Amino acid sequence: MNTKTIKHSFEDKLISVLIGIFMTCFVIVTLYPVINTVAISFNEGIDAVRGGIYLWPRKFSLKSYDTVLAMQNLLTGAKITVLRTVIGTLSALLVNALLAYVVSRKRFIFKAQLSLFWVITMYVNGGMIPVFLLYRNLHLTNSFWVYVVPGAISAWNMLVIRTYMNGLPDSLEESAQLDGAGYMTIFVKIISPLCKPVYATVALFVAVGHWNSWFDAMLYNRLKTEYTTLQYELMKLLSSVMQQSGSADSAKYNAASVTPVTIRAAATVVTMLPIICLYPFLQRYFVTGLTIGGVKE
Amino acid sequence: MAQTNVSTAKKDKKITWKEIKRQKTLLIISFFVVVYGIVFYYWPLTGWLMAFQNYKPKDGLLHSQFVGLDKFKFLFSDATFLRVIRNTFAMGALNLLTTTIMAILFAILLNEIRHSMVKKTIQTVSYLPHFLSWIIVTGILHDALSNTGIINDLLQRAGIIDQAINFFAHPKFFWPIVAFANCWKETGWNAIIYLAAITAIDPSLYEAASIDGAGRFAKIRYITMPGIKPTIIILLLMNVGNVLNAGFEVQYLLGNGLVQSVSQTIDIYVLKWGISQNDFSMGTAAGIFKSAVSIALILVCNAWAKRAGEERLF
Repeated sequence: MNTKTIKHSFEDKLISVLIGIFMTCFVIVTLYPVINTVAISFNEGIDAVRGGIYLWPRKFSLKSYDTVLAMQNLLTGAKITVLRTVIGTLSALLVNALLAYVVSRKRFIFKAQLSLFWVITMYVNGGMIPVFLLYRNLHLTNSFWVYVVPGAISAWNMLVIRTYMNGLPDSLEESAQLDGAGYMTIFVKIISPLCKPVYATVALFVAVGHWNSWFDAMLYNRLKTEYTTLQYELMKLLSSVMQQSGSADSAKYNAASVTPVTIRAAATVVTMLPIICLYPFLQRYFVTGLTIGGVKE
Repeated sequence: MAQTNVSTAKKDKKITWKEIKRQKTLLIISFFVVVYGIVFYYWPLTGWLMAFQNYKPKDGLLHSQFVGLDKFKFLFSDATFLRVIRNTFAMGALNLLTTTIMAILFAILLNEIRHSMVKKTIQTVSYLPHFLSWIIVTGILHDALSNTGIINDLLQRAGIIDQAINFFAHPKFFWPIVAFANCWKETGWNAIIYLAAITAIDPSLYEAASIDGAGRFAKIRYITMPGIKPTIIILLLMNVGNVLNAGFEVQYLLGNGLVQSVSQTIDIYVLKWGISQNDFSMGTAAGIFKSAVSIALILVCNAWAKRAGEERLF
């Protein structure tokens, strides 16, 4: 008995030590690159090129931010990104919720068929080229609406909302109908208020997707710079090694005190800042959302 | 009026005019939604015809020359395409394996932390990378692995290497870098669902095990692991079907001329042929191959899980 408890307390300590080491490494590996980027962005440009900046700027300077915030393409990109995030999220939420509402009505005639119609789209799709040609034929390329219209209904988001709605008691709908309420009234006045948590979850997923997307901007709006997104402009900035436009701009503003290294860091920080500030407060929504989504449909 | 409708609907499950009239609103919404679905999801499938044609935009789908399976024959005789298939599968499998193992490990270890503030803080930190775009993640990774970056810095200080390594110039580093990038970004996020599964395990099992003299290792091994096994299997199943879809953004953003023999995936190949070189037929053929393999993978996994008596998707 005695040896057993000794063995256990040893095992306990060993596990605690292992967890301590693992979690410390995990947190450092996760946070260090982000903090390092922030540190570099606040450093003076020429000095940053020497390297050796870790967690704190060596020579503090805000010049990189002055330069970045004066770049016209980033500002336009930010405007488009904010617009697509707001319009795209609201419209996606509305149509997915409506569709989920329809397919979760127990007595709806085409309930099964309509669900299947959308589930199929999760597994079969035309692929990049046919979709590209379709958007071009519909004149969605070189326009803002390519961000909002095609992706509005997504089977996965619809299924998450449907799962939640299926969990609501049927008696809600029945008693409202007895009172003479139509389907739209029930949707707006009774079901939707109860679905706030799942709406928040889906809105969060969609919004993050919009904020971070760049590939659609590159594929469909490369030639229309007034419609490209912030992430795509950031990608152009990060991938152009010589920073042609960047250094031209910087020459105009403040001689040589900014360099590609600090500009890139500052642009990265500006792009990730809104999300970093917001996500900790939205935790409960995505945790519940993933748990609902993981439940077998 | 409403009352009689409700009662007739309950009695009669057949489609009646009365019922259709009653469900008018639902039917109108369905109509628009189906039109939308046909236009944006089903109509592009007609584009698959291009893979069997010498598609010319001026002739359109109806009048382009029909060439049968020529495009597919060309595809499979193209050494680049074969390499692209290998890369897609290899990176897809490697990513799936490493991200799953990391997420499970993280979830189990996090669950062992008793201090709730510490636990909460670590978990919040762990979600952070998921919310950053691949543009930012690959940018950060580029900096960390550059000649003056932290990795070379540490390796040189530790005396493991004398000269800084250019990680992005060697094909042998590319797959591990991509796998690491995926783990970095998604470990905390993927762990959410495993943590939920662990929370759902009946606590009395742990109590009973303690009474029987089980230590922490034994409890993890014999209670936690079997408890989350169904979740692991269903998530693996869902993700195996997506293995081929997971090969675009990172590879596109991190790849360069020096490593393209190992970095190019099917999607990049499609983009190169279809959009950049305007050979829509080739691009579509490669895309069809990808879809066909994905669906086959899902069906095989599902059948396999069914036979093994495990959870399955449908």
